[in-house]
Amino acid sequence: MTDFTAFLDQIWIARLPILKGLGVTVSISLLAIIIGSLLGVLVGLCLVYGNPVLRFFVRVYTDFIRGTPVLVLVLASYYVLSTIGIDLGPFQAGVFALAIFCSSHVGEIVRGGLQAIPKGQTEAAKAIGLTFRQTFAYVLWPQALRQFLPAWVNTAAEMVKASTLLSVIGVAELLLRMQEIISRNFMSLQFYFFAGLLYFVINYGIERLGKYVERKTAVPS
Amino acid sequence: MGYTLNFAAVWRSFDQLLEGLLLSLGLAFISILIGVLIGLLVAFALTAKSGWVRRPAALYVTVIRNLPILVLVLFAYFALPQMGFRIGKVQSFIAVLSIYSGAYLAEVFRAGLLSIPKGLSEAGLAIGLRPMQIRASIIAPLMFRNVLPSLSSTVISLFKDTSLAAAIAVPELTFEARKINVESFRVIETWLVTSGLYVFTCVVLAALMRVVERRLAVPR
Repeated sequence: MTDFTAFLDQIWIARLPILKGLGVTVSISLLAIIIGSLLGVLVGLCLVYGNPVLRFFVRVYTDFIRGTPVLVLVLASYYVLSTIGIDLGPFQAGVFALAIFCSSHVGEIVRGGLQAIPKGQTEAAKAIGLTFRQTFAYVLWPQALRQFLPAWVNTAAEMVKASTLLSVIGVAELLLRMQEIISRNFMSLQFYFFAGLLYFVINYGIERLGKYVERKTAVPS
Repeated sequence: MGYTLNFAAVWRSFDQLLEGLLLSLGLAFISILIGVLIGLLVAFALTAKSGWVRRPAALYVTVIRNLPILVLVLFAYFALPQMGFRIGKVQSFIAVLSIYSGAYLAEVFRAGLLSIPKGLSEAGLAIGLRPMQIRASIIAPLMFRNVLPSLSSTVISLFKDTSLAAAIAVPELTFEARKINVESFRVIETWLVTSGLYVFTCVVLAALMRVVERRLAVPR
């Protein structure tokens, strides 16, 4: 039991670094998901509506990103960006990598959502005289949105998990803070467990949110 | 700018990269084999009638799926020795990736199990098979065929997850790439070739799985 009180003691001593780490984790994830989603919607639109040349290049982009491990993306953007003269700190480089990763996921989700809509919908919209812009805004997009919101929420959980990889390039997010704390008190068992617990709570919350969105957006049958 | 690509340094150490890639593939292969076994057992548990069987299985899947794999990798490598388990880094990584893939594969298999008509196991009962025989000889083979597409995407993402082993200095592809990057300073070239190798392997894996899928397709 004294072990456990010692552990609580150590958590109390390290409360500020832990909170700061949590803050960094949340901001990385938020930034990555916002930038990545905006990019991803563009990617998805290109994949569905682009001309063949554009579609080819975007397809190569998404397949390349999706075939590369996130850790490699993180390391590559950290080292490569500075080499080609874009001076970013590890935080920005990491967010860039995660946003790129997120964009390929969201792109595929958007593409899937749009392509799942029966062709008859577009034809019907054409028949009642809607322009493409109107068809997209009033007929296709709302239906696609319903399809991809739950998957998008899951992507958010993916981003929180992927944010741990930024510890490798020295971004002081939650996991790196935990490693620093462990290097001071050697309680690796307890503090990795604690880190797992914190990540679980965040991701489980997001998962529940995803289930809730799924229920809310389900087409009533 | 004015950066000229020079792949010489990377080609010189290309063997190293290939060795890393082989190790990555080996790690993925062993972990997925164990993961398939875990996933199969857990999927049957998830679809069991008894809550006492179902709930622990569901807890395992939820917990693992909501944890970052890097935390699991570090936990196994640094914390297990504290608990008295002395295993090497390769073994600890394989253990983690097996447990991790087990949770994801369990979900894949569960969906596959649910897609199998009930009539089949009833037919098995009718001809006098025992429940275990029904699972092994009727349900599991059919389920495998049904889930091959999602199985292949899980396999590919698990192969990519082997890159995490670099964090505990297992000399797989990412680790070798980092080493070459640091030694040669040919940053762009190193990472281009490395991601090229990953992408290439993923494409090959996907093609292989598609062949298997076509071979095993349920004739209609």
